[in-house]
Amino acid sequence: MSNQIIQGILLGGYYALIACGLSFMFSVMRIINLAHGSLAVFAAFALWWLASRFHISPFVGLLIVLPLMAAIGWALQRFLLERSARGGALLPILTTFGLAIVIDNMLFEQFGADTRSLAPYIGSLSYDSWEWPGSIYVGKLAVIMFASAVILLGGLQLFLTRTRLGRSIRATSEDPDTAGLVGVDARRANAIAAAIAMVTVGLAGAFLGMRATFDPYAGAPQLLFAFEAAVIGGAGSLWGTLIGGIVLALAQTLGAQVHPQGFLIGGHAIFLIVLFVRLSASGLGLRGLLRLPSRSAS
Amino acid sequence: MSAASPSPIIERGTATSRIAAIAVVIIIALLATAPQFLSAGAVDRMTALFIYVILAAMWNALAGFGGLVSVGQQVFFGLGAYFAIRLADAGLNPFASLFVSAVIVGIVSWPLSLFMLRLRNGEFAIGMWVIAALTHLLVNLDRLVQGETGTSLISLNVYDAGTRRTVIYWLALASMTALLAILFGLLRGSTGAAIRAIRDNEDAAASVGVRVTGTKRLLFVLAALGIGIAGALWLATSITFQPKTYFNVQWTAYMIFMVLVGGIGTFEGAILGALVFFLIETWFGGTGVWYLVGLGATAVLFSLFLPRGLWGTVEERFGLHLLPVGYRVRLPGNPATALGDDAPLPRQTTQHQEKA
Repeated sequence: MSNQIIQGILLGGYYALIACGLSFMFSVMRIINLAHGSLAVFAAFALWWLASRFHISPFVGLLIVLPLMAAIGWALQRFLLERSARGGALLPILTTFGLAIVIDNMLFEQFGADTRSLAPYIGSLSYDSWEWPGSIYVGKLAVIMFASAVILLGGLQLFLTRTRLGRSIRATSEDPDTAGLVGVDARRANAIAAAIAMVTVGLAGAFLGMRATFDPYAGAPQLLFAFEAAVIGGAGSLWGTLIGGIVLALAQTLGAQVHPQGFLIGGHAIFLIVLFVRLSASGLGLRGLLRLPSRSAS
Repeated sequence: MSAASPSPIIERGTATSRIAAIAVVIIIALLATAPQFLSAGAVDRMTALFIYVILAAMWNALAGFGGLVSVGQQVFFGLGAYFAIRLADAGLNPFASLFVSAVIVGIVSWPLSLFMLRLRNGEFAIGMWVIAALTHLLVNLDRLVQGETGTSLISLNVYDAGTRRTVIYWLALASMTALLAILFGLLRGSTGAAIRAIRDNEDAAASVGVRVTGTKRLLFVLAALGIGIAGALWLATSITFQPKTYFNVQWTAYMIFMVLVGGIGTFEGAILGALVFFLIETWFGGTGVWYLVGLGATAVLFSLFLPRGLWGTVEERFGLHLLPVGYRVRLPGNPATALGDDAPLPRQTTQHQEKA
């Protein structure tokens, strides 16, 4: 059982990876990007394509795919989100949902319905494991994934608090107009934030491909996992996302113990339970579940 | 009263809208007799169209009027079909079970609304999606459904194919007409003013005493009921129930497409959108993946460049109201006559404000 708990915690690292981009984008631009999961799957396919076609190891492939994802994030913000956000809070939901449908089906058109995996291209890493005391075996990949999540979250936190650019992004998320008054270019800050978010999405896509299989329509569940982890982790810092991811993964592990089909049910159930508790505790004053700056959300 | 003190005339319709009302009655009467003349295939297609109109109108009621964008409306579609299967299995007449099922969906949606309506915007949207995903998994656990293998509405087989087709056609037409009439009545009545106030600015509406949550709940339950009927009717036309097909997010994608293209927040727009979708599906549905890519891309383009959709744009440009749900003020005589500030000014319901 302790073995399963450790596996669950390590899996939580993956959920934190995929969730942090979603909650980062939401806290800066107040947009929930419904194409989030589809973009992660897109990155996984890009790595798969590089590996199968040009024999580029997925780790080297990241050097190509992550800048590409950054460019996509920048373009996404400039050409799609910025424009649709002007039409109110509801329009970006519709725009990004439409985008998700386009991405999913383009991937299907290009790569077919087969499930793919990056595991064959990373050598023995996909099954190697370390033996921990108490005859617990932990996969090397799972540990790398968890460590990446911690480094990424820590790095993001440092970037937001210590660097000039990070502070301008935070200022924009608090109040774009006032930030503009003191010389922060809100458009630029938002575009950079979107680019950063997409880099994290690319990384999450890479780990998705390495630890499991994916197909063109795998984006929707990834979006739900990301959203659930972000909401469970919720308040305060990016580290909440890590806790959220771990809680989600542990609930799924527990669910799988109870019933063969309980993995996903457990995850959704813990999300709803957390939601219910938080809604009951906060009363009607709750303005948002994800990270929200103090500014009122209207 | 002398003609020298003209007071503004408040109208609830125009000459066009009165003609449109008569046209609607004639169209419905024609549609009701249509199975006599149409081929079997055409009757099936028309049934599908009625179901699309229901889906579009219900999603529009929720998003366009209630300001609640949900990406999980397939949960009610799937539940409508699932409860119908369950009820028919328990021995209820299959046609009756379609409607009892929808009522149950409506009842189920009420406690759900207590919970979900506390979420805002994107959180509500994906929250509903999670609900749909979870419900799908739970329905799969039912032994009757046999997981993704699915089951069928076997008891419909006692009716011969011709009768079945015609009865389902009439049921779909009647359901569509009834739901549209309920929605129209709701929007034209006193609740309608509240609904439009919420659509235009939720906080402002709450500040002048509009019951925001109650009104939204009403729309949420109505949409659940309507989409439940649509799901049950879809089951009746296709007989087989595979959870994956019914709880598929593509249903919501269709709803979003229809409403975005037709005109979000306009009564006529949803109907127009359903018609457009129906035609596109008829012409391009065979192209498979590219058809879906096209739907998604069109939705993106409309949301970026024509967020009011076709009907919203027409309405704005020409002031055309076929089925007016709001009020119009006409000033007789001298247009310079000022309106007093003391009376609240009922505004013509063009969609000048975007939803808050």
